[in-house]
Amino acid sequence: MLDHLPALQVVVPLMSAPIIVLLRRPGAAWLISTLASFVAFAIAVALALRVAETGTVSYAMGSWPPPWGIEYRVDALSAFMLVLVAGVAALVMPYARRSVAAEVAEHQAYLFYAMYCLCVAGLLGMTITGDLFNVFVFLEISSLSTYVLIALGRGRRALLAAFQYLIVGTIGATFYVIGIGLLYLVTGSLNFADVAQRLAGIGELRPVLAALAFITVGLGLKLALFPLHQWLPNAYAFAPSVVTTFLAATATKVSVYVLVRFYFLVFAPSQALEGVPVGGVLIALSAAAIVAMSLVAVFQPDLKRMFAYSSVAQIGYVTLGLGIANEAALTGSLAHLVNHGVTKSALFLLVGGIVLRGGDASFASLAGLGQRMPWTSFGIGVAGLSLIGVPATAGFTSKWYLIAGAAEQGSWWIVALVVAGSLIAVAYVWRFVEAAYLAQPPAGAAAGEPPLSMRASEAVAVALCVVLGLVTAFNIGFARRAVGLLLGGAG
Amino acid sequence: MSAESLAALAPMVPVAAAALAALLHRAPNLREAASLAAGAVLLACIGALVGPVLAGERPEFVLVEMLPGLDLAFRVEPFGLLFALIVAVLWLPSTLYSIGYLRANGEAKQSRFFACFALAIASAIGVAFAGNLLTLFMFYEALTLVTWPLVTHHGDEEARRGGRTYLALLIGTSTALFLPAIVATWVAAGTLDFTPGGILRGRVSYGMGTFLLLLFAFGIGKAALMPLHRWLPAAMVAPAPVSALLHAVAVVKAGAFCVVKVVVYVFGADGTVADFTPLVTVAAFTLVAASVVALRADNLKRRLAYSTVSQLAYVVLAVALLAPLSVAGAAMHVVAHAAGKITLFFAAGAVYTAAHKTKVSELDGAGRRMPWTFGAFAVASLSMIGLPPAVGVASKWLIVAGAAQAENALALAALFAGTLLSAGYLLPVVYRAFLRAPAAGDSPHGEAPATMVVALVATATLTVALFFRHDVPLSLARGLLEGMRP
Amino acid sequence: MGHYAYFVAIFLMVAGLYVTVARGNLVKKLIGLSIFQTSVYLLYIAPGKLIGATAPIVAPQYATYSNPLPHVLILTAIVVGVATLALGLALVVRIREAYGTVEEDQILAEDERRDADA
Repeated sequence: MLDHLPALQVVVPLMSAPIIVLLRRPGAAWLISTLASFVAFAIAVALALRVAETGTVSYAMGSWPPPWGIEYRVDALSAFMLVLVAGVAALVMPYARRSVAAEVAEHQAYLFYAMYCLCVAGLLGMTITGDLFNVFVFLEISSLSTYVLIALGRGRRALLAAFQYLIVGTIGATFYVIGIGLLYLVTGSLNFADVAQRLAGIGELRPVLAALAFITVGLGLKLALFPLHQWLPNAYAFAPSVVTTFLAATATKVSVYVLVRFYFLVFAPSQALEGVPVGGVLIALSAAAIVAMSLVAVFQPDLKRMFAYSSVAQIGYVTLGLGIANEAALTGSLAHLVNHGVTKSALFLLVGGIVLRGGDASFASLAGLGQRMPWTSFGIGVAGLSLIGVPATAGFTSKWYLIAGAAEQGSWWIVALVVAGSLIAVAYVWRFVEAAYLAQPPAGAAAGEPPLSMRASEAVAVALCVVLGLVTAFNIGFARRAVGLLLGGAG
Repeated sequence: MSAESLAALAPMVPVAAAALAALLHRAPNLREAASLAAGAVLLACIGALVGPVLAGERPEFVLVEMLPGLDLAFRVEPFGLLFALIVAVLWLPSTLYSIGYLRANGEAKQSRFFACFALAIASAIGVAFAGNLLTLFMFYEALTLVTWPLVTHHGDEEARRGGRTYLALLIGTSTALFLPAIVATWVAAGTLDFTPGGILRGRVSYGMGTFLLLLFAFGIGKAALMPLHRWLPAAMVAPAPVSALLHAVAVVKAGAFCVVKVVVYVFGADGTVADFTPLVTVAAFTLVAASVVALRADNLKRRLAYSTVSQLAYVVLAVALLAPLSVAGAAMHVVAHAAGKITLFFAAGAVYTAAHKTKVSELDGAGRRMPWTFGAFAVASLSMIGLPPAVGVASKWLIVAGAAQAENALALAALFAGTLLSAGYLLPVVYRAFLRAPAAGDSPHGEAPATMVVALVATATLTVALFFRHDVPLSLARGLLEGMRP
Repeated sequence: MGHYAYFVAIFLMVAGLYVTVARGNLVKKLIGLSIFQTSVYLLYIAPGKLIGATAPIVAPQYATYSNPLPHVLILTAIVVGVATLALGLALVVRIREAYGTVEEDQILAEDERRDADA
C-alpha cells in the first residue's frame, strides 16, 4: 500500500470525480471532495517526509520500468510542489461549502466539486509525473476542468472569461505538445531523465532550440508570463472565490514548476542553452511584469482584479529568480512559489468573504470595512504585509533570497527592481488599508463576518503567512534542497 | 531571575499590555491601570538588567532560526540597554499623560490607542535588544507599522495625508535602501551579527564601504537626515502623547540608535572601512538647516519637530566623527534629548488641552496661567540648548570634546551654530509665556488635568536629576566603546 | 516523402492559429483552434511512418516496422482535442443564451455598455 503512494496521490482525487457525478448530491459531493483533498494532502506530506529521509522516490506506473513505461518521480522539487498543491486544495475545502452554496447554482454544485477534484488530480499529476507526454495529458485534465470551474462563476462575464482562457490555454498546451514532439523526434524518448541524458550527446541543436522556444511560450501562456498574461485578470475576477483562490495559489505555480524542470533538468545539461540568452529574456520580461503589473494593480477599481494583477507581478518575481539562476536567487524563486501561494490564498479567501457579505469587492463598497468586518480587514492587512514582503512574513523570506541572489551577481538594478516592486505593493495594499480603516462606512452597509467554516480556512491561511516567515524549515528548507537538485546536474 | 530570562521577558511585557488593553476595552479604568502596571513591570525588568550588564554580562538568546544561518536573536549590550532603559523610564509618565490627554480631549478609539502604543514600546525594546541586523530590521519595520494607526488616529483627511507621508518615507527608505544594504552586508560579510570591532573590516572595498554607509544612513529614515526628514513634521498630526513618546523618544531614537549601532558594530567605527566625511557633512547640514526651519515655524509642535530633526543630527554627527569621546556623547545625547524633548511635547500638548492653542504667537502670558507647565518647558529648553543645570550639557560637552579630538572644524562650527539656533527657537517661547502680557480677550484658563502636569513635571525633574546623577547612563554609554575595540 | 508532410503541418498550424486570433466569431475561433491542433497530429504521425514498413507485428516476413508510439500519443491528443472542442461549443451555446450573439466585439460592447450604466 505504502509503495503505491505516488499513484494514489493522483488516483484518489481522480476517482472521486466520477463518484461525485454518480451521487449528484451537493452535500455528499462536498464531503467526498473534502475527504479526497485531505487524503491527497496526507499522501503528499508522507511522500515529502520519505523524500527528506531517503531521497528520490521513483514509481513505475503499471510496473513498466522507465524509460518505456510512465515514471512517477517524487524528488525534493516535486515533493515540495505536491505539498503546496494538495495543501491548498485541502485548505479551501472547509471554506468551499458555504462559499460555493452562495456562488454556484444548487443543481450545478455537484459538477463544481467533480471538476474541482479533476483539477486537483490534473495539477498533482503534472507535478508527480516524470513523463513529458503525461504532463500534457494532466495539463489538459486540469485545464479543461478549470475552464468549467471559471464558467460556473456568477454572471455571464464568467462565460466569456472561461472561453477566452480556453482559447489561450489550448494554444499554450498545443505549443507544449509541439515542443515535446520535437524533443521526441530528436531523442526518441519521453522520460525527463532519459531525454536529458540523450540530449547531452546530441550535436544537432536546431530542433532542440525550436523545442525550447515552443515549450517556453506554451508554458509561459499557462503560467501567465508577462506579456502572455492577458487571460488571467478576467479569469480570476469572474470565477467563484474558491476557484480563484485555488488557481492563484497552484495552477500558475505548477506550470512554473514544469518550466523549471525543463530548463534545469532537461536543457541545462545539454549544450542547447549555450549562447541562448534565456536568462536575459526571462529577467527582462520579469522586470516588465513586476513594475508594469504592480502599477496596473494600483489603479484597479476592485479588490479581486487588483490582486489578480498583483499575481502576474508576483509570478514575475519567480521567473526573475529563474533568470538569475544562482543558488540564492533560485532558492528565492522556489520559496516564492509557496510563499506567494499561501499569501494569495489568504487574500482571495478573505476577499471571497467580502463578496459573500457585500455582493462585490469594489473599492467603493470597502469604505469602513475595518468596523464592519474587523477580522477580515485585519487578515487582509496581515496577508498584505506578506505580499509586500515585510520581515517576519512569508513574503519576506523569498524576497530576501532574490535580493541576495542579485547582489551576489552585482546586478544592482535587479535589487532596485525587486525593491521597487515591493514599494508599489505598499501602495496598493495601503489603498485597501485606507479604505477599510480611514473611511466612514456608508449608512446601511452590510456588516458581519463570513460564517465560521469560512473563517477557519481564512485564519489558517493568514496564520501561515506569518508562520512561514518565522519557521522556514518547509519553504526555505525544501527550496534549498530542490535547488541542490537543480544545480547538481541531471537528476 | 537570570539575566537571559529578564531580557526575554522585557519585550513580552508591553505585548501583554497591548493584549490587555484590547481585551479590557469596555473597562477604561481597569485598562489604564493595566497599562500603568505594565509600565512598572517593564521598568523593573530593564532596571534589573543594568547591574549584570555593567558587570560585563551580555545576556543573549535565540528565538527562532528565521533563515538558514540567520537567527531571530537578541543580545543585550550596554548601549541597547541604555536605549531600552530610557524608553521604559519614559513610558510610565507618558501613559499617565495619555490618560489625562485622551479623556480631556474626548478622543475616540482609546483602546486601540493604548494597544498600539504598547506594541510600539515592544518594538522599540526589540530594536534595542536586537542581536543582529535582521532582527533589528524586523522590529524597525514593526515600529513603523504599529505607529501608523497612532499617527492617523484622528482619521480625517489631514491625518490620512500625514499617514501617507509617514509611511511612504519610512517604508520607502527602509525597503529601498536599508534592506539592500543589509543584504549586501550579508553577502559581503557572511554574517549579520553585531560584533565588537565590526563585521565589514577587510570584507569590502573602501568605495563599497562608503556606499553601504550612505545606504544605511539614509535607509534608516527614522534618523531623519535631510532630505528624508519630512515624515517627522507630517507625523505631528498625531495626538500629543504620541508625538511626545514616539516622535521624540521611541521612533526617532530608534533611528539614531540604529545609525550608532550600525556604525559601531557593523563598520567598527573605523575610518578605514568607509569614508565618513559625507555623513559628517550631511549631518552638519541637517543640524543647522533644521534649526533654521524651527526658528521660523510658528506652530509649536512643528517647531519642536524640526528641533528633533536637528537634535538627531547631533547624534549622527557625533558618531560619524568616530572619536571615542563623541561616540559616548552620541549615546548620552540619546538620553538627554529624550528626557528634554518629551517634556517639551508634553507641555505643547498640555497647552493644547487647556487652552486649545497650537501657535507660538498665541502664547503671550500663558506662563502665568500655567506656571508648572512652562516652568518645565523652561527647564527642558535649558537641556536642549545645553546649559546647566540640565543633562543636555553633559552630552554636548562630550560631543564638542570629541569634535575637537577629531579636529573637525566643520563639525565644531555646526555644533556652535546649532547651539545658538536652539537658544533662538526655544527661549522666545519661554520669554513670551512669562514676560509678555496676555493678549486682550484671551480666554481665562488654568493648568491642564493633573495627570498631565504630574507627568511633565516628572520628566522635567528627570532632566535635572540626570545632570547631577548621570553615572548609570554614562557608564552604559561608555560601554559602547567596547564596540570600537576589535 | 521528404519534408512535404512538415510543410503541410506547418501550413495548417499557421492557418489555424491565424483564424483563432483574427476571427471575432467564437465558433470560427474554435474551428481555427481545431485546425491548429490537427496540424500537431500530422507533425507527430508523419515521422513515425517509414515507407514500406508495417505495423510492429513480430513475424518472420516483416523486417521494418513503423513506430507505433506516436499513434498512441496522438490518439490521446485527439481525445483531448474533442473534449476541448465540445467544451468550447458548450460555452458558446451558453454565451449565446446570455448575450444573444457569438461575435466577440458585440459581447465586449455589451459589457462596456453595462459598465457605463452601473
